[in-house]
Amino acid sequence: MNKVFNKIESITGNVITVKADGVRNNELAQISTRFGKSLAQVNKIDGDTVSLQVFAGGQGVSTGDEVRFLGHEMRVSFSEDLLGRIFDGSGEPRDKGPALTENMKSIGGPSVNPTKRILANRMMRTNIPMIDMFNTLVVSQKLPIFSISGEPYNQLLARIALQAEADVIILGGMGLKYDDFLYLKEELSNGGALSKTVMFIHTASDPTVECMMIPDMVLATAEQFALQNKDVLVLLTDMTNFADAMKEIAITQEQVPSNRGYPGDLYSQLASRYEKAVDFDDSGSVTVLAVTTMPGDDVTHPVPDNTGYITEGQYYLKGGRIEPFGSLSRLKQNVNGKTRKDHRALMDNMIRMYSSYKETIEKKNMGFAMSRWDEKLLRYGKLFEDKLMDLSVNLTLEEALDLGWEILAECFEKDETGIKSDLTDEFWPDK
Amino acid sequence: MTENKGKVVSVNGNLVSVRFDGSVSMNEICYVNVDGKKLKSEVIRIRGDIAQIQVYEMTNGIKCGDAVDFTGDMLSAQLGPGLLGQVYDGLQNPLHVLAEQAGWFLERGIYADGLNAEKKWEFTPTAKVGDTLRAGEYFGTVPEGPFTHKIFVPFYLLGNYTLKSIADKGEYTVNETVAVLADDRGREIPVSMSFKWPVKRAVKCYSERLAPVETMETKVRLIDSFFPVAKGGTYCTPGPFGAGKTVLQHTTSKYADVDIVIIAACGERAGEVVETLTEFPELTDPKTGRSLMERTIIICNTSSMPVASREASVYTSVTLAEYYRQMGLNVLLLADSTSRWAQALREMSGRLEEIPGEEAFPAYLESYIAAFYERAGYVLLPDGSKGSVTIGGTVSPAGGNFEEPVTQATLKVVGAFHGLSRERSDARKYPAIDPLISWSKYRTVTDGAKSAFCKNILLDGNEIGAMMKVVGEEGTSISDYVVYLKSEMLDAVYLQQNSFDLTDANSTRERQCYVTDKLIKILGSEYALSEKDEARAFFNRMRQKFIDWNYEEFGSSSFAKVEGDIDAIYADGQGKTTPEAERLLKDGE
Repeated sequence: MNKVFNKIESITGNVITVKADGVRNNELAQISTRFGKSLAQVNKIDGDTVSLQVFAGGQGVSTGDEVRFLGHEMRVSFSEDLLGRIFDGSGEPRDKGPALTENMKSIGGPSVNPTKRILANRMMRTNIPMIDMFNTLVVSQKLPIFSISGEPYNQLLARIALQAEADVIILGGMGLKYDDFLYLKEELSNGGALSKTVMFIHTASDPTVECMMIPDMVLATAEQFALQNKDVLVLLTDMTNFADAMKEIAITQEQVPSNRGYPGDLYSQLASRYEKAVDFDDSGSVTVLAVTTMPGDDVTHPVPDNTGYITEGQYYLKGGRIEPFGSLSRLKQNVNGKTRKDHRALMDNMIRMYSSYKETIEKKNMGFAMSRWDEKLLRYGKLFEDKLMDLSVNLTLEEALDLGWEILAECFEKDETGIKSDLTDEFWPDK
Repeated sequence: MTENKGKVVSVNGNLVSVRFDGSVSMNEICYVNVDGKKLKSEVIRIRGDIAQIQVYEMTNGIKCGDAVDFTGDMLSAQLGPGLLGQVYDGLQNPLHVLAEQAGWFLERGIYADGLNAEKKWEFTPTAKVGDTLRAGEYFGTVPEGPFTHKIFVPFYLLGNYTLKSIADKGEYTVNETVAVLADDRGREIPVSMSFKWPVKRAVKCYSERLAPVETMETKVRLIDSFFPVAKGGTYCTPGPFGAGKTVLQHTTSKYADVDIVIIAACGERAGEVVETLTEFPELTDPKTGRSLMERTIIICNTSSMPVASREASVYTSVTLAEYYRQMGLNVLLLADSTSRWAQALREMSGRLEEIPGEEAFPAYLESYIAAFYERAGYVLLPDGSKGSVTIGGTVSPAGGNFEEPVTQATLKVVGAFHGLSRERSDARKYPAIDPLISWSKYRTVTDGAKSAFCKNILLDGNEIGAMMKVVGEEGTSISDYVVYLKSEMLDAVYLQQNSFDLTDANSTRERQCYVTDKLIKILGSEYALSEKDEARAFFNRMRQKFIDWNYEEFGSSSFAKVEGDIDAIYADGQGKTTPEAERLLKDGE
């Protein structure tokens, strides 16, 4: 049944063209080179000329090599056996376990009917106060973590993976440094979360085409778990590498670039991945957190810019902390009214005070005299940063709220906080 | 369906080339047969015996030699009773029906009729046998929610027709014949309560297109008083992400003073559509007292749905809008976001290997945008009534930079520009429309001179504020400082509005006129204030009271009470109106 062809017409970068007939769009093929076998995917058909992107790259491919069409699209195996396993961008095991071949599911499937979605309304606890208290993560939300290279975003992801209230965690690594891969693996296994985790990892030294497969494999797997009534948390790092991989292939295939070399469909491509985040009306959910590094800390760069239009807010990681001003969870209103009655008021006022603190710091740096009020703010800002903002802080929402009251009480009088008096009467700690 | 067939010869993304025999027309609909499924597609270029088609679905699995069936019809919307309250995709498939057939996912190759073929409607004939009718004139009505839905002679029939027979009053489905028309050669044409119309052609069955003069109240003060929109006019709302474009459209869709709202969610988040779907059935339309959903149609082609049908979705939406306008209704079409539509054009253009224009957008981008907005309009209908289609589109410029092609092409053709700014949204000012860059060519609900007076205060205040950043408060004179405080107060109490508060979010024309007069009195007065601290304290007090006033229901006793407090503060500051303000207030009476 499988058709074999060995007339490779051209090889440009990672894309080859073959004379073949009866080939279907997006079908997979296997190409045997002197370095071994590699998968390739059809991405264009013109008469009997078929273009394929070769997963292992064009290097070493010979015009006489054999191309065998497999008659199916890219698929992933789905079963409970996935848990605890690690795969690469071709779906091959990266750990020492066996390859999985049963119950194969196509990746990159159709989008969810909007009428089968429900309004996101469940909080996902992470025990990180800057998330739970100030920018609550909501089940089925899609949020990027905007960050500059060098920020501890993978550390943050590992902590979220360990602490988040999710049934299954699926981690997708794209262009990951090998050290980072080892770090994430180590952290998850030490934290005991490996048994509920599936990893699809593409490292920086792996071929580019495999990088492009990672999000679809991760999300197809996540969707399957969600349909089995599981709450799935998807962690992706780093989506900018994914976009760059798309750019590379698009340019190789001589597509007209739109903005800074990125293909014109960058928005649609990113959106079709992020929109896989869903809360099914009668089943589980998929929540997506994706690291997006911003080249040069520039939020108007095409990748973070298009991402911002797609996602429901963003966490902005800067100076090793989740920055309270740049960060926004658009869905937090859906849940933070139902947690504890002081949550919203405390959140608003603590951020407002922190913003006053920032102004005071500016004044202080310009050499202005500090009033008594300024001194209070300085003290407050320091406590806020050390006790709540620091990434190592690990508190439940309730503990964080209590701590918030304590910090306020340590620095201010009740009526200086701007919080309604029925709340201060109830929650203000006795000294 | 014609007998015309073709075969696939190439596949590139969602662009497929087909070799055909017979004749094929531009924008004709055809179906590609794959794995027993038929994928809807549209012809977008013809060269020799090769037609290039854009497929409205994912194209995986298509191979050379796959059969293609041509239909001979263009992409059409089905028009008739039962459109209101529906949720459609870009090709007018009702999503609830698709969910019943296919479950969780939007599986490709599954289509459903736009109108329910089973449902019966109470038809009342209004024309008599022997009457002469033209396309766009009606011969009967059915009740649809709060409206009287008119049954038209199909828009595609050219010339005059004689009514040969008409059904009696009674219940019929949308596909049953309710009348028979005869053309001048006596050929008989049976017509039902529904018909199809190609979505890319504007409906022009009106007697005359009129200038849009009547203001459409959105109940947003900043828009109605300063940058108004007219019924039958057009406006655009560009802004960077997170500036509140969608929230603003959402509020407009709830409070706008129109009969019908059509929401085209074009290439945006599915979650936002779910929000509307959850919220609207619970809300009541202040005009009719019925569920808001009964006056709403949602066309959603969210960002992960196929790109080609995203392009179709804006045309489907405007066609439905034009259909209801023909009944003498005022329709508001909100398109969010037109940039995503433009990007869909760009993707197709790239695949067609057309020579790219700026930022790789096709050269015809401007004419397409212009043609879309030109389908808005205020028209005089054959029966003497008037109807309107107002179009409001959001634009999502890359990097929030308004210099990009889509924003610029849109600004050329719209009648009002509401530019959202990152600074205002970061400062949590809602709506984040920047009064310094926005403009409108329509008539305000208050009074042009009063509106200009307030805008001047904003401009002056802004200049003084910029200067104060350099020279500090100390270097600013007290009179300049008071102007600055006045502009800050105007911003806080009038431009900003709380969209969560039912009273504040819904500011009527009467209220806006009344409050503007009060503002002009306060802002157009000189006060006995000699110290800056004193001035600041005075305006803070005034501002606080004014904000409280915004939350009181217009005309209630507490409204009058707070107004009394404001007057007391005014008297306390020994306010004295300037001659200019005096004149403005007198003219208004």
